[in-house]
Amino acid sequence: MTPATTTAVLTAPIVVPLAVACLYAGARRRGLTAWAGLLSPAAILACGSVLAATVPDGGPVTIDGSLLRADALTAWMLLVVGAVAALACAAGPAYLAHERAAGHGGRGAARQYNALVHGFLAAMCAAVLAANLGVLWVAIEATTIVTAFLVGHRRTRASVEAAWKYVVICSAGIALAFLGTVLIYYAARQAGVSEAWALDWPTLVARADRLDPDVTRLGMALVVLGFGAKAGLVPLHAWLPDAHSQAPAPVSALMSGVLLAVSFTAVLRYKVIADAAIGHGFTRALLTGAALLTLALAAAVLLGQRDYKRMLAYSSMEHMALIALGGAIGSPLAIAAVLLHIAGHGLAKTVAFTSSGHILHLRRTTRIGRVRGLLARAPGLGAVFGLATLALLALPPFSLFASELGIARAGFAAGMGWPTALALGLVLVAFAALSSRTARMLLGPAPDAPGTPAVPKRLGTTAALPLVTGLLACAALGITTGPLTRLLSDAAAIIGGH
Amino acid sequence: MSDSTYTQLLDLACGAFLLAAVVVLWRRDLASIVRVFAFQGLALMAIATLLGLHEHRWDLLAVAAGIGVLRAGVLPFLMRRALAASGETRETQPLVNVAASLLTAAALTLLAYAVSRPLVELDPSPATRALPVGLAVVLIGFFILVTRRRALSQVVGFLLLDNGITAVAFLAASGVPLIVELGVSFDVLLAVLVLHILTTRMRAAFGRTDIDDLRELRD
Repeated sequence: MTPATTTAVLTAPIVVPLAVACLYAGARRRGLTAWAGLLSPAAILACGSVLAATVPDGGPVTIDGSLLRADALTAWMLLVVGAVAALACAAGPAYLAHERAAGHGGRGAARQYNALVHGFLAAMCAAVLAANLGVLWVAIEATTIVTAFLVGHRRTRASVEAAWKYVVICSAGIALAFLGTVLIYYAARQAGVSEAWALDWPTLVARADRLDPDVTRLGMALVVLGFGAKAGLVPLHAWLPDAHSQAPAPVSALMSGVLLAVSFTAVLRYKVIADAAIGHGFTRALLTGAALLTLALAAAVLLGQRDYKRMLAYSSMEHMALIALGGAIGSPLAIAAVLLHIAGHGLAKTVAFTSSGHILHLRRTTRIGRVRGLLARAPGLGAVFGLATLALLALPPFSLFASELGIARAGFAAGMGWPTALALGLVLVAFAALSSRTARMLLGPAPDAPGTPAVPKRLGTTAALPLVTGLLACAALGITTGPLTRLLSDAAAIIGGH
Repeated sequence: MSDSTYTQLLDLACGAFLLAAVVVLWRRDLASIVRVFAFQGLALMAIATLLGLHEHRWDLLAVAAGIGVLRAGVLPFLMRRALAASGETRETQPLVNVAASLLTAAALTLLAYAVSRPLVELDPSPATRALPVGLAVVLIGFFILVTRRRALSQVVGFLLLDNGITAVAFLAASGVPLIVELGVSFDVLLAVLVLHILTTRMRAAFGRTDIDDLRELRD
C-alpha cells in the first residue's frame, strides 16, 4: 500500500465515526436522517476489508511517527466491530421510534443517543488500532466515559444506578490496568528501551525477554485484573449485568458483542509480552482461574434468572469466560478458536439483544414469566430470538459450535484436561438454564390479556433485516470462514505463535 | 541542589502525599476531605517538580504544573461545586469505623512495602525507594471506594487511586510519555465530570446520594 492509502485506512475507522458523531451532535433544526448512522460501520468494514486483503501478504502496516498500527489481529477485530456496529446501527432507528412512541425523550434524546453511539465506535476502533499500550488504555477508558450516559439513557432510578456502578467499577478497575502498564513501562525503561518506544507494542514484544520477571509478573496480574473488569471477568464483574440490562438494546448489543472482546484482546496483547518475559505458566494460571470462577458464577446465576435481559448479560459472561479459557490455553488453535468465538458471539448476541428490545417494546416487561407464547403472539420475532438463543447455546450450524469445539480440543491437547472438562460441565449447566428459560418465553399459547389484539404481530422488514442478516452471517461463519481463513490463522499466530 | 537535600525533600513530599490519604480516611466532614485532597495534589506536584529539577528535565516541570492545575485546582473546584449543590456536609456512618479504617491503612501500607520489594530492587535510587508510598495510596483509595457511602466520598476514593498511580509512574520512571499523560489526565477529568452529572441525576431520582439506596438491581 502507498503511504497515503495506509494513512487513510488506519485513520478512517476513528475519524469517520467521530465526524458522524459531530454531525449528529450539531444537527439542530432538522434531525439528521437516522440512516446516516450506517456511514460509520461502512467505513470500519471497508477499512477492515482492505487490511484483511493486504496484511496477510504485506505484513503489519503503520504510519511513521504515529501511534496507529494494524496487523492481522487488528484487521480481524475491525471486521467484527464493523459487522456488529452495522447490525446495531441498523437497529437504532427502530429503537428510537419505540422510545418516542412510549413518550421517553424527544429529538434531543435521539440526538444525544446517536452522537454517543458513534463516539463509542470511534473509541473502540482507536483501541483496536493503537500500537502504543498507553493509547490503548486511554481509548478503553474513553469507551467507559462515552457509554456511561448511554447506560443511563432513560434516567430512571434503575438506569442511574446501573450507570453509577458501571462508571465507578470500570474506572477503578481499569485504573489498576494502568498501574500494570506503568510497571511494564518501568521494566522496559530499565531494560534499556528509550522513552518514546517503551510502550510501543512491537518493540516490547521484541525486547520482552530482557524485562525484569518480578516486575512483569506484578504488572501482568494488574493488567488481567484491570482489563478483565472491562471484559466482565471475576472479581470486578458486578457492573455487567446491571449495565447490559439497563442500556438501550442496540447499545447492549455493542457493549456485549464487541466492547468485552476489545478489552480482552488488550489482555491478549499483554500476554504475548508476559509469556516471553516470564513463561506461560503465570498468565495461564491467572486466566484459567478467572475463567472458571466467571463460568461458575454465570452458570449459577443463570439457573435462578427471572429477567431475560439479565439472562443475556450472564450468557455474555459465560462466553467471555470461555474466551478467557482459550486465551489461557494459548496455542495457535486455541487463539484461532477464541477469535472465531469473538466474532460468532458478537453477531449472535447482537441479534439476541436487539430482538430482546423488540420483545420489551411488545410486552412492556423484562420478566421471563410474563412473556409466554411469544411464537404465537409474534412469530417472526419469536423465531429470530429463538434462533439467536440456539446460536448462543453453540448448536450447529452456528459458528459458536465450531469455536467451542476448537477451544475444548486445544485444551485437551495442551494438557489442560481438568480445567477444560470442568468448564464443559459448567457450560452444560448454563445450556440447561438458558434453553429452559427461552422455551418458557417462546412456547405455549398466547395469553389473553385484555386490550391486546388477537392477531399475531408482524416484525416489519426494516426491523427484521438486520436480525436475519446477523443470523445468516453467524451460520455462514460456522460452515466456512472462506476468504478469512488465512487472516484468522495469521491473527492467531500473532498471539499464539510465540 | 545537593543529593541529600533532594532525597530529604523528596521523602518529605512523599510523606505529605501519604499523610493526606490517611487524613481523608480519618475525616468525616466532606468539605475538609476536599481540602485535604487538594493538598495531596500539591504534594504530587512537588514530587514531579523535584524529579524534574534533579534530572534537569524542563518538560517534567511543565507536566508538574499541569498536574498542579488539574489535581489541586480543577478537580477540587468541581467537587466543591457538587458539595454546594447537594447540601450534604458529612459522610454518614461508613461501613468500617474510623479506628478500624486507620488500622487498615497501616496494614495496607505494610502490604504496599512488601509487594513493591521487587520494584525497588530493580533500580535502587531515592525515587524508587519512595515508590511504596504511591502503591499504599492506591490501596487506601481502593479501600475508601469500597467502604464509603456518599457518592462524593467514592469519587474521592477513585481520585486517590489515580493520584497514587501517577505518583508510582513518576517515582518509577519519571512519568509516562507526555501524550499518554495528557490522555490519562483528560480521561480522569471526564470521568469526574460524568460522575458529577450522575450524582445530580441520582439526587433527582433518589432524593440523596447515599450509595445504600442503589439496590434496585439485584438477582
